[in-house]
Amino acid sequence: MGVLARASAPELEALWRAHGAGAALAPLRPAETGLVMVRGRAGGTGQRFNLGEMTVTRCAVEGPGGVIGHGYVKGRDKRHAELAAAFDALLQDEARRPALLAAVIDPLAAAQAQRRATVAAKAATTKVEFFTLVRGE
Amino acid sequence: MYVAVKGGEAAIENAHDWLAEARRGERSVPELEVAQIKEQLKIACDRVMGEGSCYDPALAALAIKQARGDLVEAAFLLRAYRTTLPRFGYTEPVVTADMLAQRRVSATYKDLPGGQVLGPTFDYTHRLLDFKLLAEGEVPRPEPTPAASADGRLPPVTDILAREGLIQDEPPGDDSAPVGDLTREPLLFPADRDLRLQNLARGDEGFLLGLGYASQRGFGATHPFVGEIRMGDVTVAFVPEELGFPVDLGEIELTECQMVNQFQGSDTAPPQFTRGYGLVFGHAERRAMAMALVDRALRTNELGQDVTAPSQDQEFVLMHSDNVQATGFVEHLKLPHYVDFQGELSMLRSLRTAWQETKA
Repeated sequence: MGVLARASAPELEALWRAHGAGAALAPLRPAETGLVMVRGRAGGTGQRFNLGEMTVTRCAVEGPGGVIGHGYVKGRDKRHAELAAAFDALLQDEARRPALLAAVIDPLAAAQAQRRATVAAKAATTKVEFFTLVRGE
Repeated sequence: MYVAVKGGEAAIENAHDWLAEARRGERSVPELEVAQIKEQLKIACDRVMGEGSCYDPALAALAIKQARGDLVEAAFLLRAYRTTLPRFGYTEPVVTADMLAQRRVSATYKDLPGGQVLGPTFDYTHRLLDFKLLAEGEVPRPEPTPAASADGRLPPVTDILAREGLIQDEPPGDDSAPVGDLTREPLLFPADRDLRLQNLARGDEGFLLGLGYASQRGFGATHPFVGEIRMGDVTVAFVPEELGFPVDLGEIELTECQMVNQFQGSDTAPPQFTRGYGLVFGHAERRAMAMALVDRALRTNELGQDVTAPSQDQEFVLMHSDNVQATGFVEHLKLPHYVDFQGELSMLRSLRTAWQETKA
């Protein structure tokens, strides 16, 4: 579900057209935008506190065999939550699961890892190398 | 005292039409898109998300456009919007040690695990106006960056001090105890650290900066070092009731500041550094540092010191830090007070009459 939440709605839309279209899904809870209160810890590790809210959109659909697919995504994009819920429902179908993991989840996860690596590499280019100056007599 | 006043509808409508026209500005200049504000005035959006206490960069950008760049007004718009949404619940605490850091610097150690990573910073710029930006030239895209082994995760600097017991352990807190929430119940004093941190995280940047500065200059002396500042993405996980296990919602960008302050010791504990903590939405370093200074100042009582300065006074700080509340109370003065004023006027007239009679 994390991989689906991190993907963009257009990415999921394209993958849905290729791998999900035609699946029998019934809407259970229409996409709804709300808030969650983000928590932190004092000093990073201590007592919990409420940092502030963020927008979140959720959706639930019923898939084949009565399974329930849930979508919970950051932001206000309802289509994103719908597609995340739809994929979540299909991924619970043992027969479809391996193919969907290979065609949808793994490539998305790889792209997300690549984006993280790019940021880490960019940060690494701004790492300071110190030189110690030795004064000779 | 307020009395309902009727009339003025046409004037108000015309004033708002003019506001819309003024917002648009000179028509020969292309109109700003919300996406441009979100991408190119990011620091302003981050401030509005922080003070509006609602993480949504696109909404912050919209609020800035609607408010014509008035960031306090924009924070107000975001606060008003959030009241229209249902609350799904509370997230798991974010793990800032796992941040995908774009920036991480320490003023206490030169060589530290992971190194000093500058990231996209104004530091070390010369603060000279760059007239190239005026010429509307496109910034060249940087060369593709070389692959690095780093995964972006950097160990927190305070762990180094904690290993030797040189800094106070952050009290772990009781995870089964309720966490105070200012959006649900009014602030009462004395306020625990959870409520104080929530209040400071959404406090006015200018107010916190002034208080932090004052505490450095001697009004509530702290002698702080920046143990660490880090900025980057952290994962937000949430446990939906219907699922019962944590689900990643995605990443949000945060800035964290660990301030290391002067010692504290007692009969039972050896001298140790004390901590001040800042954590804020977006890339907002000044705000995170000011928050950490004021957090430490507000711990004066719990660390057994005397409250001598405004920055250490809970009620002074926490009741006046919120710019949405502050602007509401200050700006309400311009609303009609005609009846109040007539009362004062007649009182003043009678006092003057009495005074003149005594002189006669």
